[in-house]
Amino acid sequence: MNRGPETVEQPLPTPLVQRPGPPASVLIVGAHVLDPGEGIDSTHDILIEDGRISEIAEPGSIEPGEGVERVDGSGKHVFPAFFDPHVHLRTPGQEYKEDLETGTRSAAAGGYAGVLAMANTSPPVSSPADIDALRHRARSEASVPVGFLATVTRDMAGLELTDMAELREAGAVGFTDDGVPVVNPGILRKALQYQRMCGGRIALHEEDPALTAGGAMHEGTVSMELGLRGVPSISESTMIARDAAIAGYEGGRIQVQHLSAIESIEAVRRARADGVDITCEVTPHHLCLTDEAVRDLDASKHKMNPPLRSEADRQALIEALLDGTIDCIATDHAPHAVEEKEVPYEAAMMGVTGLETAFASLYTELVLPGTIPLELIVEKLGCGGEPFDIDRFRVAEGQPASLCLVDLDAEWTVGEHGYESRSRNSWCAGRTLSGRILMTLADGQVAYRLRSFSLGVA
Amino acid sequence: MRHLLGMDDLDRDRIETILERALSFAEVSRREIKKVPTLRGQTVVTLFYESSTRTSSSFELAAKRLSADVVSVKASGSAVDKGESLKDTIETLSAYDPAAIVLRHPHAGASHMLADWVDASVINAGDGMHQHPSQALLDIFTLREQIGSLEGREIWIVGDVLHSRVARSNIIGFQAMGAKVIVAGPPTLIPRGIEATGCEVRYSLDDVDSADVIYLLRMQHERMDQNFVPSIREYARLFQLNSRRLGPRQLVMHPGPVNRGVEISSDVLDCDQSLIAQQVASGLVVRMAILYELLTGSENFAAGQPDSDPVPIGEPA
Repeated sequence: MNRGPETVEQPLPTPLVQRPGPPASVLIVGAHVLDPGEGIDSTHDILIEDGRISEIAEPGSIEPGEGVERVDGSGKHVFPAFFDPHVHLRTPGQEYKEDLETGTRSAAAGGYAGVLAMANTSPPVSSPADIDALRHRARSEASVPVGFLATVTRDMAGLELTDMAELREAGAVGFTDDGVPVVNPGILRKALQYQRMCGGRIALHEEDPALTAGGAMHEGTVSMELGLRGVPSISESTMIARDAAIAGYEGGRIQVQHLSAIESIEAVRRARADGVDITCEVTPHHLCLTDEAVRDLDASKHKMNPPLRSEADRQALIEALLDGTIDCIATDHAPHAVEEKEVPYEAAMMGVTGLETAFASLYTELVLPGTIPLELIVEKLGCGGEPFDIDRFRVAEGQPASLCLVDLDAEWTVGEHGYESRSRNSWCAGRTLSGRILMTLADGQVAYRLRSFSLGVA
Repeated sequence: MRHLLGMDDLDRDRIETILERALSFAEVSRREIKKVPTLRGQTVVTLFYESSTRTSSSFELAAKRLSADVVSVKASGSAVDKGESLKDTIETLSAYDPAAIVLRHPHAGASHMLADWVDASVINAGDGMHQHPSQALLDIFTLREQIGSLEGREIWIVGDVLHSRVARSNIIGFQAMGAKVIVAGPPTLIPRGIEATGCEVRYSLDDVDSADVIYLLRMQHERMDQNFVPSIREYARLFQLNSRRLGPRQLVMHPGPVNRGVEISSDVLDCDQSLIAQQVASGLVVRMAILYELLTGSENFAAGQPDSDPVPIGEPA
């Protein structure tokens, strides 16, 4: 039950920052435009002038002006660009894994025009100066707009709150100790009380360390046979139930990150039915893989937290995406260096990269077999900013151009030509996927184009 | 067969082949000259990241009895101590062009990774809580020597199944040979869903009189600190195999090292029904057979050696 007082919102800095660049002038001719939010699902010409969508018209009806790049969109799709509320850009401190430049380039290559960076860097993003510095760097390095979350507790130690109000004033989009849970319920309660004053959704990595107890993979038949310590599903669901109860009592707003288990979905449904302001996300790898994949003991592809769970869990996640229980798809893009991954499974770091493959993996594994409709995937990849009060991108006249051009029929082998990311721990490595991002426009700039995909100047 | 990584790699025929080979080596071991020239000129590396007495010494001696040159590396006192990664250590040792690498490692799947990295045959001598296939093979060999076929026999594996790689390998191996396997112990030490392997689960020793063989696992004291059992005293009262619980025709096995007075009482340990000493003796000949099958077996053409019976040194070939 939501018993908390009303939240007071204040005017704040723009949540997302990007490297300035020349505004795009592009005419996309005859592409199939699919924007579920705008209700568009048909073939159009799209004219982008000075970074804005100036005209959407019948195919063949627009004559490009001088200096406008003409792109043949026939047989291709245009989607509103995607938004990922959960990526690890590893800056500051772990630039050997990823940095703002490589991470946002990776995002652009995946069709994203906005990402939210987690705060578990080294040191963690805990002070207004940290947020300032990151936003400053993003203005010279980020090829797509990026927003930064700050930690809930100082240095993620779980003991005292950060200066949440000042962090918001400095531009923190929200708060998270992602990587670890907020173990102490008293601290979380105070953060949710404070949120009434400063705003900003709190994103929660839900895991009870006493139940995880050093587990390396999902607790089930596979972990039993492999002799790996298991992480039971209840490690996640009991924390969700606890935190939802606290959020309901305080009228707080929480985002449950990377939902993985049946019990967790049930906990979210119950909380929402009780009126709690709870949103949640799911990753492409939890929608496509199960703990059976761990049998190859390849930590580079198959070790992450939360772990890959059972087929029943995967089916329940698909069901929850279809029925709206799950709000959005987030990659939890977690780059790690080779020497952190090419070690025995139990010793390897947790996390896989996902930005460059999110759409193609979901299209190949779930849309092509008919499990999930294309428009739902496009919508759920696009609406990840909404829990953080960031509007989704729209293919509509007058809007800044944040869209991607996609060839659904193009097949490609992941990793064959390397990655835009600095790391290569992709869960899709070596897979052949359908659906290739040809070009991404992010807030009016061309943020990415596939090397072999040339644009002709009219 | 190029590697021995887990018991799930072996079907019954392959197990039989190794056991028969071990039998011929058992005969060699009774001769005055116990050495055969089979692996002369080849190098066997043993790399142990965990302490071991039985397994490391018997693999070493097995390789030497086959006339291989042996390099033994232990984690303590080596570059591993200085933080060298498994991959880099392997790279270094690969410079000796070993025919086989025997690896014990605290993490599951370490030997699987190794098999992807090297040209040598890889033998898993224990990886985390995952598998210990040479132990399972020597246990099957020991039992066959005592009771013949395992078909239809009831074998109880008792104790800390959760943390035991020996149990995981033996559940697969004993069942492959036709035995019925029952695991018994406190619920905190029985892994969830273990029935999927085909075994049955008991939480007491009340029905243990139906067992032909009782296979005890080492109860590790550190488990008590992690609250897997409330006390060693209570564990011993509930699950210790003592002369009161042991029937006259039942056989007792244990992979060692033993905690006298915890999982097994001293009188049972030292009685005639205990096969623990035989297990150690079997370890040598079974590990000779494993090396022989991997390095000269008929399917391994790379080794370039005929698949013939071993001829002792000093006898006409």
